[in-house]
Amino acid sequence: MSADATTPHDAAHGGGHTTHHYPYVKIWGVLLVLLALSVIGPMLGHPIVTLLTAFGIAFVKAFIVIKYFMHLTVEKKYIGFLLLVMIAFMLVFVGGVSPDVMKHEGQRWVNTAAQDVVTKGLAADKAAEGHEGKHE
Amino acid sequence: MSSTATATKHEDHGHDSHGHGPDAHAHHPEQNFFMKYLWSTDHKIIGMQYLFTGMFMALIGGFTVYAFRMQQAFPGMSIPGYGRVTATDYNALVTTHGSVMIFWVAMPVLIAALGNYLIPLMIGCDDMVFPRLNRLSYQIFLVSVIVLIASFFVEGGAFGGAWTSYPPLSAKAQYNLTPLGAPMWLFAVALEFAAFLMGGINFVTTVMNSRAPGMKMFDVPIVVWSIIIASILFMASVGPLIAGAVMMLFDQTLGTAFFDPNKGGDPVLWQHLFWFFGHPEVYVVMLPAMGIVAEVIATFSRKKLFAYKTVLYTMIGTGALSFFVWAHHQFIAGIDPRMANIFSVTTLLISIPVAEMLFVYIATLYGGSIRLTTPMLWALAFIGEFLLGGVTGIFLGSSGADIYFHDTYFVLAHFHYTFFPIAFIAVFAAMTYWFPKMFGRYMNEAWGKVHFWGTIVSFNFIFIPLFLLGARGDHRRIFDYTHFPDLMKPGMQDLRILATLSLVVLLSFQVIFLVNFFLSMVKGEKAPANPWKSNTLEWVAPSPPPHGNFPEGLPTVHRGPYEYSHPDRQDDYWPQNAS
Amino acid sequence: MSSFPRPIATTRSVTGISTGKLAVWWLIASEIVIFGGVLGSYLMHRIGHPEWASQAAHTNTVFGAVNTFVLLTSSLFAVMAHQAADQKDGKKAAKFLYLTTLGAVIFLIIKSVEWTGEIQHGFTITSHTFWSFYYTAAGIHGVHVIVGAIIMLVIANDARKGIDLQRVEAVGLYWHFVDIVWIFLFPLLYIAK
Repeated sequence: MSADATTPHDAAHGGGHTTHHYPYVKIWGVLLVLLALSVIGPMLGHPIVTLLTAFGIAFVKAFIVIKYFMHLTVEKKYIGFLLLVMIAFMLVFVGGVSPDVMKHEGQRWVNTAAQDVVTKGLAADKAAEGHEGKHE
Repeated sequence: MSSTATATKHEDHGHDSHGHGPDAHAHHPEQNFFMKYLWSTDHKIIGMQYLFTGMFMALIGGFTVYAFRMQQAFPGMSIPGYGRVTATDYNALVTTHGSVMIFWVAMPVLIAALGNYLIPLMIGCDDMVFPRLNRLSYQIFLVSVIVLIASFFVEGGAFGGAWTSYPPLSAKAQYNLTPLGAPMWLFAVALEFAAFLMGGINFVTTVMNSRAPGMKMFDVPIVVWSIIIASILFMASVGPLIAGAVMMLFDQTLGTAFFDPNKGGDPVLWQHLFWFFGHPEVYVVMLPAMGIVAEVIATFSRKKLFAYKTVLYTMIGTGALSFFVWAHHQFIAGIDPRMANIFSVTTLLISIPVAEMLFVYIATLYGGSIRLTTPMLWALAFIGEFLLGGVTGIFLGSSGADIYFHDTYFVLAHFHYTFFPIAFIAVFAAMTYWFPKMFGRYMNEAWGKVHFWGTIVSFNFIFIPLFLLGARGDHRRIFDYTHFPDLMKPGMQDLRILATLSLVVLLSFQVIFLVNFFLSMVKGEKAPANPWKSNTLEWVAPSPPPHGNFPEGLPTVHRGPYEYSHPDRQDDYWPQNAS
Repeated sequence: MSSFPRPIATTRSVTGISTGKLAVWWLIASEIVIFGGVLGSYLMHRIGHPEWASQAAHTNTVFGAVNTFVLLTSSLFAVMAHQAADQKDGKKAAKFLYLTTLGAVIFLIIKSVEWTGEIQHGFTITSHTFWSFYYTAAGIHGVHVIVGAIIMLVIANDARKGIDLQRVEAVGLYWHFVDIVWIFLFPLLYIAK
């Protein structure tokens, strides 16, 4: 196969947009700082700080990768819309399932098996903590 | 084969990348049988492979239903062609029938076979955008078929936990007694999903990127739209079940406890994972059937399809709504009653767009000059029979009524009144309609009509008795009713026997179809390129189309697909590519 | 491989997005629901079972963090390969893709060291449902890493010869997606304790 037989970039076929390139190394640096934050934050032991640093920063990191590495913002609008719809379906799924699976009781029903597992598990934790003394 | 040479000359982009030019296909003019029919990347051959595999699997599905229905009608009898059915056999037969008919007949024929065959032809290009991915998708599908069939013969026999595969029955070998059958079934299903995910991505990308020049969004035939929407539904809904299948496989083989409440799992989670896919799946197969009917009805009414955009939007609406209804399969499975209320409302709502599609088809018929050919008969029957299936769904969608009807033959009759029209009536419409295109010959009309009437009449005689039985509380999944005096009240066994005998009649009428199909393939009257005087692009290609599809050059589109009986024209049809 | 006669269909681009890239977007869309199913199921169980915290405490944040670093870095190489491919520099693109693949390999090595240690401490896939989810979720992700690495090697080999440079971007997209999944797995499995 000779070199000219290759398709250079398929944008040449139709769209004609060439990707705008960002200063990737700098963006990578920002991502590493965020990574450090998401590790250090939860070490403080404050639940709200943990939630914000661990999960909040995950969303920020994902956003940065999507925007600058995947160039979703300069892609056709419907691609982003499509991905959002998929995420929305997952929210629908979790929303529909969580009353049954996340909770162990509801309107005139109790999941006794799950409740037993939780009580036993927590009791075992407590016993173990008593043995080991201070647990990290 | 070499006649495709001129095709590329007219190419819009003319971007020669990999020598797909004049002699692209002339490299191997004499392909051997293996390369031509088994290793082909031609979308038409792959479509046929799916079609014939689906037909073969339909025989398995038909044989299993024959065996277990005979057991119900005549418990303990040695069944001709099978022998005595044991309780374990019975479970395996029911499971095999259900999973084969959904996953290995309806899906491959409606989506994969028709999608592969029709999409490139109908949007006016020479092949799928990823031909080798397409071939791989069929090969994975074939492996799934082999794994499934192999599971019939392993120790313990085929899986018997129903096509829904609920834990704990399915998750633990000490309950289901099929230590190999259960994981093999699950593995086969997972392979099949992988095959259709590849196929779906291929379909969607092809239609988005490779339409003929001039073909705008609203010039795409409804059947192509419907296959695309169905593929997207499949892609968006199957993920949780793939995840669930991995979890289930680990439960079965490694001994994890994802679905065991005593170890922190939850069996209801599987039901949610399954039905979050399982309900959209109904629409995955229903929409292509609706699309087929739209094509056939427009062609044989010689009239423009009434409200093209309405059909399209209702299809999209049905697809979107189908993600909000899944828990109506679980009303008595221990889900929270407050959620059941919500799911009742959404379930009843979804009947609106579906009814709207049927109304549109009736409006298309109104004032048309109707030709009662065999495909048209099938299409008309689809409207009537599917309507019955849909209407009975209203009872089941209401959570209150469902408490009584759940797991009775009423449910069974309901979904057979939807699935039989989808997977057989609409497919027969499609096969008789596109047969001249596929094989270049007509099917025999007279025998086609005999087959039609035999099938439709016996179909109703199977399932109307089952509706009556279900309304009397007849429970599903019972091996031998003689052990249950409540279900052996006067007349109930007679209805079972009536349904079973009708089934035997229905199955024997399929022999007529098979003979007609294969005989017409070699001996049928030769058909021209456009035997039905239809507008869509596949009829521009010769019958059967060669590799590359359009030897005269890829077509350019000037108008929508349903311009029949246009007042300014002498002919009552106006092909999409005619200038 | 490249002698395969490519149909005209593949070269058309009605949407303006190249065919390969469009397919990868759809692939990512369908992958979102696969990982959504696993992570959603895990999340619901995790919230419903406070006692899992004591199991989750045994995961090693250092391994998770180092692996996040490795994947973020390999993502950087993937996007630089894309940049090189846009400049029609096949050799450079291939070099960066090889580096990305190296990242995948390092990720897998770290993962296997980590898992070996955990299994030796008795935290196996059957020891507790938390660990079942832990190994299943990370395992499905790991399979994506392996598949991605293999595909990148194939594409890098072609890119080196200047063939099909548009594929570099497409595989990069997939790789960034695998990276993003890990970005969410990391706090879910390692940090929330």
